[in-house]
Amino acid sequence: MRTTGTVQKTETVPIQSSSDVVVVRQRVRAWTTDMKFSLVEQTKIITAASELGRNTLEHGGGGKMELSLVVNGARQGIQLCFSDQGPGIADIAQALKDGYSTGQGMGLGLSGSKRLMNEFEIDSKPGVGTSITAIRWK
Amino acid sequence: MSKLLSAIQQNREWVLQDWVQRLRQAVRRRDLISDRELESEASEIFSVIDSVPAGTTLEDFGSAGWQPLKEMLAALSISRATAGFTPSETAIFVLSLKPTLFALARQNWSKDANDLFVEVSVANDFVDKLALYTTDSYIHGRDQVIARQQEEMLELSTPVVTLWDGIVALPLIGTLDSARTQVVMESLLQAIVQTNSRFAIIDITGVPTVDTLVAQHLLKTITAARLMGAECIISGIRPQIAQTIVHLGINLEDVITKAKLSDAFRLALERSGRKVTRADKANGSVAAAPRGV
Ligand SMILES: Nc1ncnc2c1ncn2[C@@H]1O[C@H](COP(=O)(O)OP(=O)(O)OP(=O)(O)O)[C@@H](O)[C@H]1O
Ligand SMILES: [Mg+2]
Repeated sequence: MRTTGTVQKTETVPIQSSSDVVVVRQRVRAWTTDMKFSLVEQTKIITAASELGRNTLEHGGGGKMELSLVVNGARQGIQLCFSDQGPGIADIAQALKDGYSTGQGMGLGLSGSKRLMNEFEIDSKPGVGTSITAIRWK
Repeated sequence: MSKLLSAIQQNREWVLQDWVQRLRQAVRRRDLISDRELESEASEIFSVIDSVPAGTTLEDFGSAGWQPLKEMLAALSISRATAGFTPSETAIFVLSLKPTLFALARQNWSKDANDLFVEVSVANDFVDKLALYTTDSYIHGRDQVIARQQEEMLELSTPVVTLWDGIVALPLIGTLDSARTQVVMESLLQAIVQTNSRFAIIDITGVPTVDTLVAQHLLKTITAARLMGAECIISGIRPQIAQTIVHLGINLEDVITKAKLSDAFRLALERSGRKVTRADKANGSVAAAPRGV
């Protein structure tokens, strides 16, 4: 990902089961509370993390989330990086379409979390894996 | 054949004392267990080892003679798991018997290296087996605790309440994972049938995050309720949740939503042909009672 800020602090959360997705939400909640995001912003970031975390588990076959505090000049932000070594996304534009799902889902997780965050980058290679980095600035 | 067991039985006082001393140093969580408890547990376990039936050997941990010891270790592990000890803190308890037995072997067989080696190996294997057994029991105990808590939560989380004749409500609290949602959905549908309700209010004030999975579960429940002739109203959508749902792109336009449970209740009353009016002393009607029109 292009460097949009300097990383100040990180934490890694493994994602191997649906209870790990609960931990993902809990950790993001703790971080965004510490960083003093507003309640609306917190809810948006936690929801995006929940979507991306579940995609990592369900479509990526498990992986991890890396949380970082990023600083760019006077701005502070939270960066969420989800990565897996799953099948990858063949057509990223299609995956980002509202309502597109290869499973039984609503197909809104990926596109929705992009709208909930300020910066969003998908890096995916079929057969190699997927890594999604999203930032929300304060 | 090993003579270690009879050596233990001949030196019972010394062995127990040495073990308790090592325990005091090894067991870290002194906030969770007192000296006295530690000592009495050690002496109980020791007395079971001390009094195994004749013919029982340390080499054969699978034999019936060790059954009472196993039961005691299992009970101990489960109580440790419940008290908040970690698996290693629990295993330390039996593992600290090892240096005691090594010391005992050395006192008795230091003249013959071969004998000493045999007895030390026996002590080593025996204590390892105790520790493994303890760890297995610990995990089993922990699993039971978790399973019980999960069940309790599942039950706790599905309190379908009848608000009025034909109106049921389901206040949801906590994380809606798939297992729990399944139970919640079933109990709501069941309550609709049992009470012959035409309105079901699902209150999500206590749900911290509404993502696509939660939304999908809610929508499925609403569709199923409709098939059974009941209309669902979702209440308790907090402002931050409303904004997030919109950004996610979830469409709740076909769903009746209300900010508060009381609003949803009022709507259900109205739709079922009732009206809430303020008590009027002149005609003596009951305060705020809904009445049929
Ligand atoms: N980490 C991933 N690895 C592989 N494929 C992925 C990954 N994340 C998303 N996808 C693909 O992108 C599609 C769209 O994802 P999106 O999260 O929008 O929908 P969904 O997960 O199917 O349903 P939901 O609305 O419940 O999230 C998925 O169906 C899947 O095919
Ligand atoms: Mg998804």
